Amino acid sequence: MTLMKSLMGAAAAFALTAGAALAEPAIIFDLGGKFDKSFNEAAHNGAKRWADQTGKSYREIELQSEAQREQALRRFAEAGANPIITMGFAMADPLAAVAPDYPDTKFVAVDVSWLDAPNIRQVSFAEHEGSYLVGMMAAMASKSGTVGFIGGMDIPLIRHFGCGYAQGAKAVNPDINVVANMTGTTPAAWNDPVKGSELTKAQISQGADVIYAAAGGTGVGVLQTAADEGILSIGVDSNQNHLHPGKVLTSMLKRVDVAVYDAMKAGEDVETGKFTMGLGQDGVGVAMDENNASLVSDEMKAAVEKARRDIIDGNVTVVSYYENDSCPALQF
Amino acid sequence: MELFLTIVQVLDSTIRLATPLLLACLAGLYSERAGIFDIGLEGKMLMAAFFSAAVAAVTGSVWLGLLAGIASSLVLSGLHGLASITFRGNQLISGVAINFLAAGLTVLVAQDWFQQGGRTPSLFGGGRFEPINFPFAEALSGVPIIGPIYAELLSGHSILVYVAFLMVPATWWVLFRTRFGLRLRAVGENPAAVDTAGVSVVGLRYAAVAICGVLCGIAGAYLATALQAGFVKDMTAGRGFIALAALIFAKWRPWHAMWACLLFGLLQAVALRFQNIDLGGIIIPVQVMDALPYILTVVILAGFVGKAVPPRAGGEPYVKER
Repeated sequence: MTLMKSLMGAAAAFALTAGAALAEPAIIFDLGGKFDKSFNEAAHNGAKRWADQTGKSYREIELQSEAQREQALRRFAEAGANPIITMGFAMADPLAAVAPDYPDTKFVAVDVSWLDAPNIRQVSFAEHEGSYLVGMMAAMASKSGTVGFIGGMDIPLIRHFGCGYAQGAKAVNPDINVVANMTGTTPAAWNDPVKGSELTKAQISQGADVIYAAAGGTGVGVLQTAADEGILSIGVDSNQNHLHPGKVLTSMLKRVDVAVYDAMKAGEDVETGKFTMGLGQDGVGVAMDENNASLVSDEMKAAVEKARRDIIDGNVTVVSYYENDSCPALQF
Repeated sequence: MELFLTIVQVLDSTIRLATPLLLACLAGLYSERAGIFDIGLEGKMLMAAFFSAAVAAVTGSVWLGLLAGIASSLVLSGLHGLASITFRGNQLISGVAINFLAAGLTVLVAQDWFQQGGRTPSLFGGGRFEPINFPFAEALSGVPIIGPIYAELLSGHSILVYVAFLMVPATWWVLFRTRFGLRLRAVGENPAAVDTAGVSVVGLRYAAVAICGVLCGIAGAYLATALQAGFVKDMTAGRGFIALAALIFAKWRPWHAMWACLLFGLLQAVALRFQNIDLGGIIIPVQVMDALPYILTVVILAGFVGKAVPPRAGGEPYVKER
């Protein structure tokens, strides 16, 4: 019995040290799943790029339910993974609870900017700046004078997208009508393409001829219906232009892949603190490739490039929804 | 006129949203009338949605997809029947298991098959159910009132929508005008009496569960190949449960089921069309509209609108001799 006990103890100790010695980075994908063709997939691409370049491996988990958040964090921390990268705003609360228990582990929180812990690297994106640029393109491409926005779950982050978009559209055409809808108020809103389609049809009947989807898997339905009905759509997070070539005006790129890649590259020495990736850092941008080349005029390109410079230089300020929880250009 | 067009568009959307609910609700109706509670409607729809989209994507034929969807849903139905009829297990637990099984299996198989992260490739051409346009729809659309109703509301849906609505009188006729229907209802109320009359309880219950599987299969195929162009994980998004709520709301009757599903579809359509409804000073937030189907069901269950009595032998496995 005692022999058994000490053997077990030795095995456990070995397992622990083995875990600690590896110190692989770990990544926790949010409920959308790592192949959502959007936010999580961008993170997956960044992690894969790092693994391919260095030949090292990383651990990963796709969350299936809300209850798994803290559990997954603790499991990776106990296993000695470092740094642990989390995707999405919803990891903020579990992180706030778990991070202080593992002071030697570095956490990287993408899309979080309001936590107060010394071992968390918080990376947020200036989505409103990128959305401003696609909003300008939408307004220039629109013939009806009405553009649409379809958000996923109704949270401040998604309003932040919509707010930048509306400001961009109004910068081009002050009289433009921006129709905004949210899919729902529960996480199921990220994975309901049927509802996305219905919202798209509803917006088309209200005159919209360019629709920007910031809605995860729901956006697949938006882009599909827009293509079916012969209007333009705008993708989000990853480059979604290829989903319906010639029907997707552009995609608002959020370089989550860069954030993940950088964190993994820095490894255990990753710098903690708060970081914002905006137009200046190429953290956000618009997607231009052969799939949308026929849709984007030179005039649009020039206008977007000028606005990009103006925002970086500070000549144009895009108001953030977070500043006072309201949007000057759009009523939600 | 503007307002009228908006109403027609909302009703049009209502029909699209109510169709999967209606098919699932009628599926549940057959099963529960025969005494087999089925909370696995959601799982069966999901499974059918995946297999219909997958087979349609591979073969390019939406009809083969529909058959595959129905077959996959039937397999789950058979499983439910085996657990709850033959082995006399708990019907609720079996239903829950089917939901979990479908949620996990669809994504797993999809990832292994298509390597696109648990979704199928986008369908196009013959891989989708195209809308059917009624004759003269284009020509009549200019006629006031009747034109939009005919061209927008009635015409231009996929064939499965018309199948779903034809299933309502068909279900009523089968259940209330045929010998099979009488026996099926009797098996849900008093299986011992049916057994005494020399009719197989097990056979009838399996038949009911199989019909349920076929209808759920059509519902799933409608979601993936008519409304959408492909499968996305968890794309049923709780519609199977809303269908169950509609079934209770309708008190297990076919015509009422249709009206309940249309009502729930209308609530969804209105919530999608108008985010916040302004009723002269009082603003109804969109969340209230989303929650209304459930609230209405609770109200019914609490007995305010009338008592909803389920089939008497529902949920109980039939034991021939003790």
